[in-house]
Amino acid sequence: MNATLYWRCLRAVIVREGLRFVHQRERFFAALVRPLVWLVIFAVGFRAVLGLSIIPPYETYILYEDYVTPGLVGMIQLFNGMQSSLSMVYDREMGSMKTLLVSPLPRWYLLVCKLLAGVLVSIAQVYVFFAIAWFWGVQPPELGYLAVLPALVLSGLMLGALGLLLSSFIRQLENFAGVMNFVIFPMFFASSALYPLWRIREGSPTLAWIAGVNPFTQAVELIRFALYLQFNGTAFLAVTAGLALFLGAAILAYDPGRGFWARRGGPAEQA
Amino acid sequence: MDCFETAPPEPRAVPGDAAAAPVLVVEGLSHSFGARAALDGVSFGVPAGRFTVLLGLNGAGKTTLFSLITRIYNTRRGSIRVFGFDMRRHPAQALARIGVVFQQPTLDPDLTVIQNLRYHGGLHGLASADIEARAGEELARIGLAERADERVRTLSGGQRRRVEIARALLHRPSLLLLDEPTVGLDIELRRQVLDHVHDLCRERGLAVLWATHLIDEARDGDGVVVLHRGRVLASGLVDEVRAATGTATLGDAFARLTAKGVVE
Repeated sequence: MNATLYWRCLRAVIVREGLRFVHQRERFFAALVRPLVWLVIFAVGFRAVLGLSIIPPYETYILYEDYVTPGLVGMIQLFNGMQSSLSMVYDREMGSMKTLLVSPLPRWYLLVCKLLAGVLVSIAQVYVFFAIAWFWGVQPPELGYLAVLPALVLSGLMLGALGLLLSSFIRQLENFAGVMNFVIFPMFFASSALYPLWRIREGSPTLAWIAGVNPFTQAVELIRFALYLQFNGTAFLAVTAGLALFLGAAILAYDPGRGFWARRGGPAEQA
Repeated sequence: MDCFETAPPEPRAVPGDAAAAPVLVVEGLSHSFGARAALDGVSFGVPAGRFTVLLGLNGAGKTTLFSLITRIYNTRRGSIRVFGFDMRRHPAQALARIGVVFQQPTLDPDLTVIQNLRYHGGLHGLASADIEARAGEELARIGLAERADERVRTLSGGQRRRVEIARALLHRPSLLLLDEPTVGLDIELRRQVLDHVHDLCRERGLAVLWATHLIDEARDGDGVVVLHRGRVLASGLVDEVRAATGTATLGDAFARLTAKGVVE
């Protein structure tokens, strides 16, 4: 076994995810419309309600649209991470998961391939969103678009790994609503995506604490700072630690000798 | 040939008689989900060039057995060897020699036929040129060469099954596993798929393990393994099983074996 095999496998997984993404136009539009609705409707209405003071990384007063954009970028990645990973739970997807897992390459590597492919798709979505937001007047420094790329890779991996981990726990998924209610909404609303932490603290110190340790907050702050050409060390460490934790746990959960593969899959499952 | 085949197979138990040594050897395999035993001391072999039917009712343990042979989960008790490679110790070499057709459809309906095949080839680490050449051959064989660029969605159920078989052969396995591959096909398509795999088995010397609950899918000259409630009740050629049970048809043999199994 050598590096060529690993590379061919990764390439195949990325090409497939890319093709699926291009072919499923509804998914592309849904992924794009969601944050745009927030940007052009919610943010406009909310602008009047929420006054913002100057907080890092911003050096001047900013419009609420500017504040919320990194949060919406995080939202794209959050949805994408949950969607691509949790889609494995669907029955038909379980079939395609099996095709992936009978590859002779090690299982941890197959999971990482899947994760990377999902992250690339989410990054493509994010840049389309950035482009539309630019026309809407959200114009961060040009270099910020480049600086944010590594942050997007890291945050995408972390959120994707979380989705992967969740997919190993959830036995069956009637629809996406359960994940929306129990994972996406709490993570999104209890974070700094829509309002700065100091504003939350005024309302509830407890919620502010929760938002502070929410990995999604850290991902959003990493993106926010990078977009304005600053490096947020705390967020970087937190997101990296989250990635290590979620990915490690997901790999254990998918290990053929333990975790859910060994527990599930009896004839009752296959009926 | 391919890159997963660098390490030599382990020495066989019966030296000098390589042709007769089964490609797939299952020995003393047991597996349980919690307190419920799905497989209990299962042993059998599948030699090269033999179409072997794994016959069992729903819930007999066929899918569990397939999941273990394809290492969806690990073997805990007993052993599975493919071409001498133990599934626990050398999973990569063993898996590289197995082609699988799962019970559920696993082709991506939104991708084209060739894109699906490329994906599979990539997962097995094949070079692009090899994938294109082999995909061309396999598709020509099943008469779907000119539909390579069409989406799988546009194919009929029987055509999809044949594409899945073609895909499973892309990395040139020695062992082909099929888990109830005729589910959802009508009688004529069922016969075609069955003929097709019999031909492959004969022409390429493939070892085939075909799981089914349909007794009429076993033909004279095929091997058969009767699995019932997680145990192997009989294995051998179809005539041998008939002779051993003193019955005229495999259906009778199956009824007699499973009836006895219940009493025990």
